[in-house]
Amino acid sequence: MRISTFFYTLKQGIINIFRNKWFSLASIATIGACLFLFGLFYSVLMNVQSIVKTAQEGISVTVLFDDGISQERIEEIGSLIRKRPEVSDVRFTSADEAWESFKEEYLGEYSDGFTENPLENSASYEIYLSDVSMQPALVTYLEGVEGIRDVNRSEIVAATMTGVNALIAYISLGIIAILFAVSVFLISNTVTIGIAVRKEEITIMKYIGATDFFVRSPFVIEGMMIGAIGAVIPLGIIFVVYNQVLEFILTKFSMLTKLLSFVPVEDVFRQLLPVSVALGVGIGFLGSIVTVRKHLRV
Amino acid sequence: MNTKIRVVERLAKSEVRGRRRRGTQGGSDEIITLNNVSKAYATGAPALNGVSLHIKKGEFVFIVGDSGSGKSTMIKLLLRELVPTSGEINVMGYDLVRIRHRKIPKFRRNLGIVFQDFRLLKDRNVYENVAFAQRIIQMPNKDIKRNVPSILATVGLAGKYKAKPRQLSGGEQQRVAIARALVNRPSILLADEPTGNLDPKNSWEIMKLLEQINENGTTVLVVTHNREIVNAMQKRVVTMKKGVIASDEEKGGYIDDED
Repeated sequence: MRISTFFYTLKQGIINIFRNKWFSLASIATIGACLFLFGLFYSVLMNVQSIVKTAQEGISVTVLFDDGISQERIEEIGSLIRKRPEVSDVRFTSADEAWESFKEEYLGEYSDGFTENPLENSASYEIYLSDVSMQPALVTYLEGVEGIRDVNRSEIVAATMTGVNALIAYISLGIIAILFAVSVFLISNTVTIGIAVRKEEITIMKYIGATDFFVRSPFVIEGMMIGAIGAVIPLGIIFVVYNQVLEFILTKFSMLTKLLSFVPVEDVFRQLLPVSVALGVGIGFLGSIVTVRKHLRV
Repeated sequence: MNTKIRVVERLAKSEVRGRRRRGTQGGSDEIITLNNVSKAYATGAPALNGVSLHIKKGEFVFIVGDSGSGKSTMIKLLLRELVPTSGEINVMGYDLVRIRHRKIPKFRRNLGIVFQDFRLLKDRNVYENVAFAQRIIQMPNKDIKRNVPSILATVGLAGKYKAKPRQLSGGEQQRVAIARALVNRPSILLADEPTGNLDPKNSWEIMKLLEQINENGTTVLVVTHNREIVNAMQKRVVTMKKGVIASDEEKGGYIDDED
């Protein structure tokens, strides 16, 4: 394609958008609404995931050892656990350390009466998981390892966390799918109107010997531009709103900040921006190419 | 006047180029060949019934007849807007029965078409309307800037290229349409009732213009109702009646229905 032809096509595409501006506006608004909701769900999902992840990291499995176990065996068990793929971190607490922290936390200055360590058998591994859903498998494994007396875990928390994560993902996917179907339909309508308005021009083009590609391109460009504009507007809104909501939560509910870890807007946009723009342009492309094929059997 | 001479030379040159590109057709200089062509629509009598017509390169031919005589169907077949039910159509070496869909645009670029209702783009000025035809064939901008003013001068609209169609008279609008049809240097100019919406004076001027274009080497086919002009111009006249060719005469006249 010649450069002059490309610019001509681009210009015609833009003219199309303005020629039926109300339908273009409606399409931009719909795509904008879809991508706004998409962005909203995405932001919420990312934050929920971040919060769940932090919470997951706090969920640990504690392993206590048989009486009189050797230091070598403890280290052996430690390296066995570290080899497991679902394990993200293993921390060893010796009997002395356990006693020290117990003393500090509960006894304070009254601890002087103890000459021996009453927690002699309380050396432990604290195991942190990268994926909470793997917890039952790990526990089963640990219970079979020789030298381990007891495995402490928090099954309910782990199961709930996994469930919430999946539920949010499914609901978001469902809603987003419906919204995109609506957008494609609306773009298709806009392009249909555009074709109706330019019927005569298209007929003349065909008589003079325009190729199908030449006739169709402006409409496809129109659809893609509507999609792109429809993507940029909600992104802008989300950017502003996100920061304000975050600021609001952090000032009004400051006690939550320790519990919840929010994702900074830059991190959200690193993926949201390209994905939204690609989706917008993609919807525009899809909606227009299908319609143009149907209505312009030239 | 100088411009006109230059255009004559240019059209003649393009004619030579065109011949080289397409080769010759059936050993003769026939540019349009219809062999036993019929076209039937889903309902009613056939619009064309076994029509055979041979037109040579450089001819000027009138096609006359009532509405319903099959003239419009014939034009549509020549443009490959319709496919015949049976028979053979060959235009400039293109077999219009077997031509592939994606070759149709290339075929149509060798045809210039002028309509009764001008069919100009109302939202664009005269220059853009003519340039439109060049943009479609992806002519570079610098060539468009050279070709469009020159062809507008040929049709006598040199000073009006910024006007919008509604600011022009019917005759001027038809000149714009002719300029658009000619700017891509077609081998054939098809004019479907070009004077149908014009007063006698403008009709004559348009016909003179078409005759001049024909003298420059372009084959011209004019479908018309205009008896006075057909009789005066003494060109080949093909008369259609109820889907068949009722008469085909060199230097003929308009035959009345009552005959």
